[in-house]
Amino acid sequence: MANWKPDPSFYPSPRMAAKAAPETVAYVAAFDPDRKTPDAIAVVDVDPASSSYSKIIHTTAMPNAGDELHHFGWNACSSCLCPNAPHPHVERRYLVVPGLRSSRIHILDTKPDPRAPKIVKVIEPEEVADKAGYTRPHTVHCGPEGIYVAALGNREGKGPGGIFLMDHESFDVRGQWEMDRGPQYFAYDAWWHLGHDTLVTSEWGTPDTFENGLIPEVLLGARYGRRLHFWDLHKRKHLQTIDFGDKYQLVFELRPAHNPINAYGFVNCVISLENLSSSIWTWYRDGDKWAVKKVIEIPAEPASEDDLPPVLKGFKACPPLVTDIDLSMDDRFLYVACWGTGDLQQYDVSDPFKPKLTGKVRIGGIVSKATHPGAKNGGLSGGPQMVEISRDGRRVYFTNSLYGAIDPQFYPDGIEGWMVKLDADPKGGIAFDPKFFVDWPASHRPHQVRLEGGDCSSDSYCYP
Amino acid sequence: MSAQNEVWPIVWPWLALAGLGAFHGLNPAMGWLFAVALGLHRHSRRMVWLSPLPIALGHAFSIAVLAGAFVLAGLAIDLRAVRIGAGLILIGWALYYWRYGHRHRVRTGMQAGLAGLAVWSFLMASAHGAGLMLWPVLMPLCFSGGPEPFAGGALPTALLAIAVHTVAMLIVTTAIAVAVYEWIGLEVLRRAWLNVDLIWTLAIFLAGGLLLFG
Repeated sequence: MANWKPDPSFYPSPRMAAKAAPETVAYVAAFDPDRKTPDAIAVVDVDPASSSYSKIIHTTAMPNAGDELHHFGWNACSSCLCPNAPHPHVERRYLVVPGLRSSRIHILDTKPDPRAPKIVKVIEPEEVADKAGYTRPHTVHCGPEGIYVAALGNREGKGPGGIFLMDHESFDVRGQWEMDRGPQYFAYDAWWHLGHDTLVTSEWGTPDTFENGLIPEVLLGARYGRRLHFWDLHKRKHLQTIDFGDKYQLVFELRPAHNPINAYGFVNCVISLENLSSSIWTWYRDGDKWAVKKVIEIPAEPASEDDLPPVLKGFKACPPLVTDIDLSMDDRFLYVACWGTGDLQQYDVSDPFKPKLTGKVRIGGIVSKATHPGAKNGGLSGGPQMVEISRDGRRVYFTNSLYGAIDPQFYPDGIEGWMVKLDADPKGGIAFDPKFFVDWPASHRPHQVRLEGGDCSSDSYCYP
Repeated sequence: MSAQNEVWPIVWPWLALAGLGAFHGLNPAMGWLFAVALGLHRHSRRMVWLSPLPIALGHAFSIAVLAGAFVLAGLAIDLRAVRIGAGLILIGWALYYWRYGHRHRVRTGMQAGLAGLAVWSFLMASAHGAGLMLWPVLMPLCFSGGPEPFAGGALPTALLAIAVHTVAMLIVTTAIAVAVYEWIGLEVLRRAWLNVDLIWTLAIFLAGGLLLFG
């Protein structure tokens, strides 16, 4: 039931977590875009000394088809060592894997065999809807009061979306997290500053505006999400909204500084309606309020109409479509995935207001279709999407699919799944590991990556 | 031999109270860890030394509520009934805690002030049933009919018991907080944070048994 000592994968501080041993396996959510065969969690061997390095060594299939596995997380992590709400003897053992489309939540046990996790519990969508009033579960974070799940829709699949809590041992759905949601309506990502008792949420849209793909009128009308919300983490009360303005659409991935003292974080805005650029914003504490500042703007690249999908032809440009970012454990490097152009960029964000580009690779991309030394067939489809960084910051993994219904809007010729790895120089600079190219089985496309023992978007810490 | 027989019944409850105080102080979940964290967050050695005071105050208050209820019950109704009722409460609580103890609302975070710390400590001690553990010790101390250190009766004796417990708790809390902050470092959490909760739950279960059958 419980450990005698804290789970060895729990670290008091990000500084200590960065010294963790390298991961040997990665878990990757993979979905069938045709919704005919079950989605799966694939286990990828990431141990360079292993004979099956860079191979999928196991696939745990879900019991149903059409779940659309997307993001997932652990039942418990380093926040269990927090002094105000300690749970140090819980095990980091179970993966909590929601179906974004089905709203079904799967619990996978990684304990008997980390290389072959087994489904031990399935929570049906009715239970989530009945107990929490939400559907379309997305982000999963282990935290002070158990498992926090950000869901995009309410019971009817409309708004408001929000967060619900699950028990980190029994996986009972414990209900809606918000006690006062204020003006918040759209949901997407959620994370927190444990050192500042603050939770942050971002916005996509209601399920009816994305489940069949992005709706151009909604996008051009600036009616997708464009705000950040700041909450009192413990009073569960909405405190502040920051609106990025009607030029900006799709405010997505929240990457608060890992050091709990640092009162800042980074968020990506996917597209500017003015010039198709993507941008990175830093949110930060300014007196007794939170504020934001745009710190990176990545421009669209001019392109020939012939090379562009119908949705972009009129613009004669390829947008970068920054759809994921990730921050290294030492809060030093921010990785930026440009799903449109095919860039994966590394910025030194030691000064969070003055990022410096320190590395760049290109793979796939709407126009460039750039290849990889390990790829057999030349041009690659899709682009850098979900990024995950090892705790020591030396290895960066990413996959190439965004979302079933949106993939064909930007890659109408189809996306052939792949997963790659970069080696990162501790002083800055990134390069492909030529030996790591996972040519994904054609029936599925890969999305989020989670690393054994924790990674740079799974854990939060209470000590600097 | 005979002197020992006379002294021991008087001394052991007080030693047990101090020992339980030390045991509570030793538990990272009871506050020394919070003191260290606040010191680190605010780069303040003063915070490490100061935080144990409100933590001990909140702890004492939680203990006092439960001890008070116990002693008042003892004064109001038949002692045998109190003994059985208390024993059952302790065992029931231990079973509940074993199953659902991890499910608590978190109301205080790292921005806590000193008042917040006292409230946090009160809630934490209450949620952990810290005061329950004292019941088996209070039983002979307040209701034995034997020689009391105070002539005043059960309530003043209970107050003194709470004071002894709290001072021991405060001393251990402060000592560990300062030692971890100054010398040991937080890496120790990974190696030495034993599952005190398990011992704790077991202790309350046994204390319940002691009341029922002791």
